[in-house]
Amino acid sequence: MPSSVMPTPRQRNGRQRPVAVSTADLRKSYGDKTVLDGIDLRIPAGTVFALLGPNGAGKTTTVQILSTLISADGGQAQVAGHDVATSPDGVRAAIGVTGQFAALDDLLTAEENLLLMADLLRLGKREGRKRAKELLERFDIADVAHKRAAFFSGGMRRRLDIAMTLVGDPKVIFLDEPTTGLDPRSRRTMWETVRSLVAGGVTVFLTTQYLEEADQLADRIAVLDGGRIVAEGTADELKAQIPGSHVRLRFTDPDEYERAAAVFPGAVRGDEELALRVAGDGGLDALRALLDRLDAAGIRAADFSVHTPDLDDVFLALTGDGSTNTALHVKETLR
Amino acid sequence: MSTLTYAVHDSMTMLRRNLKHAIRYPSVGLGSAMMPILMLLLFVYAFGDSIGAGMGGGRDAYPNYLTPGILIMGVAAGSMSTSIAVCTDMTEGIINRFRTMNITRSSFMTGHVIGSVIQTMVSAVLVVGVALAVGFRSGATPLEWLAAAGLLAAIAFAVTWLSAALGLISKTVESASNKPLLVQFLPFLGSAFVPAQSMSPGLRWFAEYQPFTPMTETLRGLLTGTAIGNDGWISLAWCAGIALVGYVWSRSLFNSGTTR
Repeated sequence: MPSSVMPTPRQRNGRQRPVAVSTADLRKSYGDKTVLDGIDLRIPAGTVFALLGPNGAGKTTTVQILSTLISADGGQAQVAGHDVATSPDGVRAAIGVTGQFAALDDLLTAEENLLLMADLLRLGKREGRKRAKELLERFDIADVAHKRAAFFSGGMRRRLDIAMTLVGDPKVIFLDEPTTGLDPRSRRTMWETVRSLVAGGVTVFLTTQYLEEADQLADRIAVLDGGRIVAEGTADELKAQIPGSHVRLRFTDPDEYERAAAVFPGAVRGDEELALRVAGDGGLDALRALLDRLDAAGIRAADFSVHTPDLDDVFLALTGDGSTNTALHVKETLR
Repeated sequence: MSTLTYAVHDSMTMLRRNLKHAIRYPSVGLGSAMMPILMLLLFVYAFGDSIGAGMGGGRDAYPNYLTPGILIMGVAAGSMSTSIAVCTDMTEGIINRFRTMNITRSSFMTGHVIGSVIQTMVSAVLVVGVALAVGFRSGATPLEWLAAAGLLAAIAFAVTWLSAALGLISKTVESASNKPLLVQFLPFLGSAFVPAQSMSPGLRWFAEYQPFTPMTETLRGLLTGTAIGNDGWISLAWCAGIALVGYVWSRSLFNSGTTR
């Protein structure tokens, strides 16, 4: 089997990972409609990367370009060390793709579907049967191995779909909205699958509209909106980008409440429950400064809690009116 | 392995997939054999007396005139069902899986075309069996039978490539299943059922120049000993031309095509 090797060892000095997927100024438009407006990505090998965005943001187009299904109008993209434009076969030999719609042969059984993949990967009869058997068991479809895929439930179809993607031992796996339309239980199973793949050293490129999914799985998240990356970072970094972090102080004594309100004139008052909301970035230094000011004034709070915005807040703020100005605006207010 | 070995290996894999479909769901294949068989029975038992009399024979003589035409029609119609199979694959997710794998690109189409030719030839054998049962008698030598099979295979190959291209341009399976009607209808406007000379002048002109007339005449000559003349070469030229157009068209459609 022609297999592509990463250009550099997986982990150098335990620090720097080689890049599995990178793009520079990737562009694509259909007629007048610009779908991708200059995408720059850099995904280290062995990590999970989530491309998060609303419908029509360009997520599927990005996956289609990176998986050699369509060509970009401009810019460059490399996957597993191969350029998608000049060496598509090199890319194809290194990747596995599971799209939004299960890519199986409904007229064949689960086992036959896997053997079809093994044949197309030229694994040989014995190796092919071995792989098929392993994958049927791993994805819990061994008992329906001889049933036609047409009769499978949505969750079983996705599992067979992923199993087919894995027959070739891909280095980079693209999962385009892998849990869209799945019930919560099947979704959890899919998440576990993704985690086990990464534990095996594979790089996963995932698109999703679910924030929770990106939060749960991804090492890094890029938010795509209107064909541009409007934010990128870890889930925590993204959450920190958004205003709205605050510390909530609650008091039992109305006098202390009033004195505290005088110490923090900018705080939002909650007179009924004797609670103050003090804005802050949720970081340790800000927290320490806040507590020092309380101490200096000799005020004791009954309890306090730190609130950070969840990814939903980030998502809505970044993609709110569909323009890139939103993101810039958010960054501006942070400074 | 060389590029060619890869191409052969991948095409064989695709062929096995298509034959598996055909064997598991014989209704499609049997359907394409049933149509010419029903036509054969209809024309022999319902119209055979009148048409045979009009041609100066009778019901007993008509099967010998009709069978080559029915075979041509059956092969043309059977080959056209490829467009449905190709379109079904194109509209489902599996094609994108094939496209993102490091396999020979042409193998997908090659597998469909060869699979369809095999199916069409099997149904042609069934048609010949029924024809013999209703009174068709051939004086052909084994070599002539072989040439007849070769001609039918060449027609099937050519029409299948055209059909594959039609399957690629069809957006839905429904529209793919409508397009073959035109080709299925063409043999009627030729010498398949009645001699072209008996038609009205405009239609006769069309019948003489459309591809299925020389094909029918060649097959009739091989199986029943009528004169072939230039029709053999004309038929092969038509087959080569249709196959080339279908192949080049399919290839450019498939290579330029993206997801739908």
